[in-house]
Amino acid sequence: MNRRSIKLKVVVALAGLAVVCAAHAQKKEAAAPSKKAAASATRDAVTTEFEKFRELMEDASPAELFEARGEALWKAKRGPKNASLEQCDLGLGPGVLKGAYVQMPRYFADADRVMDAERRIVHCMVTLQGFKAEDLAKQPFSSESRTPDPVLLVTYVAGQSRGMKIAIPQKHAKEREIFGIGREIYNFRAGPWDFSCASCHGEDGKRIRTQELPNFTSKEQAIRAFQGWPGYRMTGGLMHTLQWRLNDCFRQQRFPEPGYVSETLTALLTYVGANANGHVYKGPGIKR
Amino acid sequence: MADPMRIRAVARDGAVNVKVLVAHEMETGQRKDASGKLVPPHFISNVRATYQGKVVLSAQWGPAVAKNPFLEFTFKGGRKGDKIVVTWEDSKGESRTDESTIN
Repeated sequence: MNRRSIKLKVVVALAGLAVVCAAHAQKKEAAAPSKKAAASATRDAVTTEFEKFRELMEDASPAELFEARGEALWKAKRGPKNASLEQCDLGLGPGVLKGAYVQMPRYFADADRVMDAERRIVHCMVTLQGFKAEDLAKQPFSSESRTPDPVLLVTYVAGQSRGMKIAIPQKHAKEREIFGIGREIYNFRAGPWDFSCASCHGEDGKRIRTQELPNFTSKEQAIRAFQGWPGYRMTGGLMHTLQWRLNDCFRQQRFPEPGYVSETLTALLTYVGANANGHVYKGPGIKR
Repeated sequence: MADPMRIRAVARDGAVNVKVLVAHEMETGQRKDASGKLVPPHFISNVRATYQGKVVLSAQWGPAVAKNPFLEFTFKGGRKGDKIVVTWEDSKGESRTDESTIN
């Protein structure tokens, strides 16, 4: 028995317990085409129903509550340096928020590197307000008891780009370089399951349980990486940013989890984000 | 203190459509925390909306209402430029009142 078929068996055995990418599920279903058709009909109904709900909620998303908290935080004098973030330069000049979110990741000369939105905001919290990066990285994701400051700030900043077109710059050499690195990481297969991002997000029609997976290598679908994020998850009622989303993808692939606001995530966000250029961003959204 | 509500009120065809987003934990009292202890109930029990001192909506809520709830209702006779006031009280006796101008 070769290595591949052993792996397939293991995955099939785990199917009831673990989240399984449809790459494997499809092979299993090939034997029972009628079952597959039934499953896809159910899936479409579930997705359609949730889409209706999402539309209903879009003009009254609880994400707005977090935007409001983020705005207060942005303007408040905080940290060891007792400064607000109003002088934070998100790429369009100090304090300019309109359209900043849909143009990141971008190259920042002061840091001499490409940064995504959350990374840049953390950078501002460190340089302007005197917070310590290590402290911010300790508990970077939302939990029942706490929504971290960067999550609120990113949600506020993202809301300032509502209805604007994604325009992630690819002019600077470092921006083009990190796009290439992002593509490499996206397609790099590793870990105990020999997965890459592309295993699940590399072709059309894949899903995890009832969740349809966008194919981010396609120009039409790449927007779905940004749309709805930062997102209010109905499950648990927590606000999450793309940092959390990508971290969870790494975890699901059984990869070592990336560092908070690390270069790796900037690279992936640049690759997927630049593929989505030209699409309209609807602002912080709502997720299942 | 509790976070402010987000209230949007729009007058159309002689009626006012009001959308209210409330920031609240809405603990049911049924859930357990990581150590297995019951999380005490904490939910909004009363909601009241007033227009020019007159109550246009009054509701009793229970633990079955979602966290960060969304409330939408319509009342007749409101005018553009006037204020709508919304108040909630919860099971711990906390309360919050916010107002918004009708558009």
